[in-house]
Amino acid sequence: MPIESSSNSSAQRPSYLAVLRTMLRNSLVRDMSYRSNFLIESITSLAWMIMNLGFYLVMFRFTAALAPGWGKYEFFAFLATTMLINSLVQAFFMPNAEEFSELIRTGNLDFALLKPIDTQFLISLQRVNWSSLSNFLVALCILAYSVYRMATRVMAPLPLHAWMFVAYPVYVACGVAILYSLMISLAATSIWLGRNQSLYDFWFYITNFSRYPMEIYEGSVGTPLRLFFTFVIPVMIVVNVPARIIAQPLGLSSNAGGASPPGPYPGFLLGFAIVATIASLIAARWVFQRALRSYRSASS
Amino acid sequence: MATSTVPNRWSASWTILRIALEERLVYRGDFALGTLMRFLPIVTQIFLWNTVFQAVAAPASGEQKLVAGYTYEDMVAYYLLTMLSRAFSSMPGLSSGIARLIRTGEVKKFLIQPIDLLWFHFLSRVAHKLAYYSVAIGPFALVFFLCRAYFPALPPTDTLGLFALTLILGFLLGYFLEVSLGLVGFWWLEISSLIFVYTLLSFFLSGHMFPLDMLGTKWHWAVQLLPLQYLAYFPAAVFLGKVTGSALWFGILIEMVWVVGLIALSRWLLRRGIVRYSGFGG
Repeated sequence: MPIESSSNSSAQRPSYLAVLRTMLRNSLVRDMSYRSNFLIESITSLAWMIMNLGFYLVMFRFTAALAPGWGKYEFFAFLATTMLINSLVQAFFMPNAEEFSELIRTGNLDFALLKPIDTQFLISLQRVNWSSLSNFLVALCILAYSVYRMATRVMAPLPLHAWMFVAYPVYVACGVAILYSLMISLAATSIWLGRNQSLYDFWFYITNFSRYPMEIYEGSVGTPLRLFFTFVIPVMIVVNVPARIIAQPLGLSSNAGGASPPGPYPGFLLGFAIVATIASLIAARWVFQRALRSYRSASS
Repeated sequence: MATSTVPNRWSASWTILRIALEERLVYRGDFALGTLMRFLPIVTQIFLWNTVFQAVAAPASGEQKLVAGYTYEDMVAYYLLTMLSRAFSSMPGLSSGIARLIRTGEVKKFLIQPIDLLWFHFLSRVAHKLAYYSVAIGPFALVFFLCRAYFPALPPTDTLGLFALTLILGFLLGYFLEVSLGLVGFWWLEISSLIFVYTLLSFFLSGHMFPLDMLGTKWHWAVQLLPLQYLAYFPAAVFLGKVTGSALWFGILIEMVWVVGLIALSRWLLRRGIVRYSGFGG
């Protein structure tokens, strides 16, 4: 109860940017001191990614489109977006969320609480896993290749606009922020539950709903699922919104092949994604603070 | 084991089995929840395949749409059935557990006590599976009941019998395969990269991601001769009538050869490993 970080208003405000830079550098130094491990980890995550790609390559041998409007390269752009977002989450937040429940179990969270800096900031970014960023680079290549193929094809080439390349990173960042909020909220619940192994499974299963175009969720079960994972737990817009920007810019209804999409209008989605991101961040902050208030140190 | 001072082998086995079973059932709540959640990715798969089948062009003759010989219903049933075959064949943490025994030196106790390492772990895996089924039967029955429309009519009794046989063989195959991998720890100490390669290959070639028929004929022979297909694909294909007649018997024969071969391999690895092994300290 009495633990409240940085309550003194007259205290010097820590320089968050400098701290962040130090944490990034320390993680890089740590990763680089085990270079072969770093290499193996990069290869490992790359191999998983290639396996995943292989599955869809097999699938596209049997069909030209996965869903209305999602042909091979559209979907590969979607997949690349998934990988971009996941690699960012895995690099920056996953190791920290895992560490967080360990901090609670061992009582080492005390040290984080005592530091004159925002606890959530410190807990969320302490350790960065640089090797996950190898996936980021490969995903960028896949994205570039898919966009190139879509833009240069004869049949219905993809029109490229400058705003797409501005909006895309913004909405990728939104997606990362939504996933981060979900993850830190789940991790914070380990203060109440002690251990949260199945909660991480839960995270994996929930984010499973972000991995495919939202058009596939249709019908008496699919529509409620889509609405739930759009408006209650907004994981479905994490990948869908940036992927639409790059693969189907505004052109959801102008798509020649498909019927009109079942989802809400793209303009609405663009606005909603911003609102959902802010709401998720606020909710995660609230859950985190509530959880900290219930924290009882485990040490001595 | 003939001397009377050593307890009867079967009563010892029974005790091991019972203790392991009781140990597992402590966490039944976690188990049931975990099992139910493991069906969630299937939900996405069902929706995905639904849209894929809508996108696939219908054959001219007005027959049902097929992907690699599967109708949409077959496809959904296939994924559900592979959940069942994996419930038998998957051995979470077995090879890493055995490698850890070797690395930490805990394996010494099996060298001293009159209990066989492979038999002990076999019994605790059986207990684990029994505990798992007794809890998981609820979620499984629920999901299969909800999805009953996707299943074809129940296959004839002899096919069902062979299906049960492939499930049990799948359990044996999974067990001795993972044990053999774990026993490599006598030589390598750290086998996580080996386990990774195995996981990666089985992820793709066991049929857990997609029916192996989709791979096409080029891969057919490799897939058929590798043991991985028996972990997920084969039982499901038997149930759905995708493998019949002589191909079915041939498949079961290869599976049995693999099981016997892996039993021999794990015995051999254990014997050679113990010769190599040196334990220090108390």
